[in-house]
Amino acid sequence: MKMKRTMCAAMAAAMAVSAAGCGNSASTSETTAAAGGSETTAAAGGSETAAADSGASAEGEFVLGGSGPLTGSAAIYGNAVKNGGQIAVDEINAAGGINGHQVKWIFEDDEADAEKAVNAYNTLKDGGMQMFVGTTTSGACMAVIAETENDNMFQITPSGSTKDITAPANVFRMCFSDPAQGTKSAEYIGQNKLATKVGVIYDNSDAYSSGIYENFVKEAPNQGIEVVGAESFNSESKTDFKTQLQKLKDAGSELVFLPFYYTEASLVLKQANEMGWAPKFFGCDGMDGILSLPDFDTSLAEGLMLLTPFSADASDELTQNFVAKYKEAYGDTPNQFAADAYDAVYVIKAAAETAGITPDMSVSDITDAMEPAMLEVKMDGLTGKDISFDEEGEPNKAPKAVEIVSGAYKSLE
Amino acid sequence: MSSFLSYLINGISLGSVYAIIALGYTMVYGIAKMLNFAHGDVIMVGGYTVFICTSMLGLPPVVGILAAVVICTVLGVLIERIAYKPLRGASSLSVLITAIGVSYFLQNAALLLFGADTKSFQSVISIPSITLMNGEVNVSGVTIATVVSCAVILIGLTTFINRTKTGQAMLAVSEDKGAATLMGINVNRTIAITFAIGSALAAIAGVLLCSAYPVLSSTTGAMPGIKAFTAAVFGGIGSIPGALIGGLVMGVIENLSKAYISSQLSDAIVFAVLIVVLLVKPTGLMGKQIQEKV
Repeated sequence: MKMKRTMCAAMAAAMAVSAAGCGNSASTSETTAAAGGSETTAAAGGSETAAADSGASAEGEFVLGGSGPLTGSAAIYGNAVKNGGQIAVDEINAAGGINGHQVKWIFEDDEADAEKAVNAYNTLKDGGMQMFVGTTTSGACMAVIAETENDNMFQITPSGSTKDITAPANVFRMCFSDPAQGTKSAEYIGQNKLATKVGVIYDNSDAYSSGIYENFVKEAPNQGIEVVGAESFNSESKTDFKTQLQKLKDAGSELVFLPFYYTEASLVLKQANEMGWAPKFFGCDGMDGILSLPDFDTSLAEGLMLLTPFSADASDELTQNFVAKYKEAYGDTPNQFAADAYDAVYVIKAAAETAGITPDMSVSDITDAMEPAMLEVKMDGLTGKDISFDEEGEPNKAPKAVEIVSGAYKSLE
Repeated sequence: MSSFLSYLINGISLGSVYAIIALGYTMVYGIAKMLNFAHGDVIMVGGYTVFICTSMLGLPPVVGILAAVVICTVLGVLIERIAYKPLRGASSLSVLITAIGVSYFLQNAALLLFGADTKSFQSVISIPSITLMNGEVNVSGVTIATVVSCAVILIGLTTFINRTKTGQAMLAVSEDKGAATLMGINVNRTIAITFAIGSALAAIAGVLLCSAYPVLSSTTGAMPGIKAFTAAVFGGIGSIPGALIGGLVMGVIENLSKAYISSQLSDAIVFAVLIVVLLVKPTGLMGKQIQEKV
């Protein structure tokens, strides 16, 4: 009898712990909430002062809102979007605004959390937002699209890549969607003849990673690529990749495709190095940021290629100008999220000029005018030349890749 | 063949880390009859201690490891004194909930102190890796260090328990607390020592874990902690050789099923084996069968 009771206690304990495990991420965001609150108000205050400085009156100005994680583990993305958008808005205001009206940029912290993103969106609406540049992350974006569709609020997400985000007519996307990234990666590898035998490791508990993987595998045969092995991991066991790597090595992979985020990728690179195996590694936009990982041995990433729409070392004038301004204002090299936000603001400007909208129109009227105008947008941006949009709200632009050489991103043209 | 060896070595390496963590669970359970769910988070504290010493203060790795052992030992004793000792007479459920509370407290305190971004841990183990079979099989330095530490710890611990007075007192307390008190053993002191040893082991596990998988966040210890707890139950909770065998078997099954069956199903397979073992042998592989008196 006693033994049975011990067993029960152990089972109960195991259950309690697995429940506790599920709650981990929630508790993470809750703790950061307190810290986030004060920073958000400071940030919002900051952008208001900026608008006042540029001499815009409260009436007769466009209010663009944005949201993204300014605190927490994805803070690097939200801050980039906030800063990139700010630079675009400042430039537009200095050049006379949109249709002769100044633009105000307001930003809220959503901690990459679905519920907080809806709150952030409501706060932005209270602040008079007329068009929405957000949200930064996919999960939060999925929660907000229902709200913007309801309000018929024009929305363009700089970096939310889940396919279904652009399902409502009022939502557009600046970056490639997950499926598009899978297809474009296969195209890039095939067209540049990087490898014919490719192994893939992906996170099967993450929609972003599996989405890219599925489309990569679908497109690979068309590009003359043989997928010799596809190995997965999940959010519960994302530290040990040695077995997966060994299998791909045995299968004769010349290139390993890693469609997931840079934290796990840094472990894959280290473990491959320990095994003494050095295939080519190829990642997607989630890989962007690996060089900013504190204490990461960047020599491990030597030769790593990633499909990213933006590279800070590109020599064109637009990029040079943006990078210089960003460094001066924020003391950091901008990443693709900043570039996506910058382009998104300019896309709004281009479409708004075609549509001829003015700040005194209602949010819904603005959206109705913007939707057809978006299809006529054709502009050169930081994230691609000849950017245009299709009726589904997806961007058309050529994929670009960068390679890591001596610890820095180098664009491949 | 060489691939099979590689998979096996990976499994043993992972399994040895599980085993060291499982030793902490099993000792505390065997002696204090409680599940210390904060154990996984003590590992995380150990990892952060080494990180602060070596990466932030630039101290040599040995100092970092010693500091981690000292801080974790003190932390373990403090946790026991503050959170568990007042509940000695309470039901096991209350103690369990307290342990989960301590676990959350440690995770969130780390989050507050170090932030949510993952730190990249610089390996403190500088043993060169060896290659076998003409370079086909590579055994990394961390793997060697892990397996060796695991063996040393097991031998040390067994000797300590069987050969010293304190060790004998631990055995006595694990068999019958009341009788041990009557024999003049200080039960509270013995339990405190158990926590100290368990937490020192957690510090070493933290160093090895973070050296093998060099990322550090507030939840670093959570998942390995649960896997190691499973390993302890698998081997028979309360049994020291059981923890070792449980850890190794879990690590090897996990890696071999990843390699030969499916990388998606490996966790499911590990836990299916656990269920089968518990159905056949409810006390785990090496667990003691306790005769019930009526």
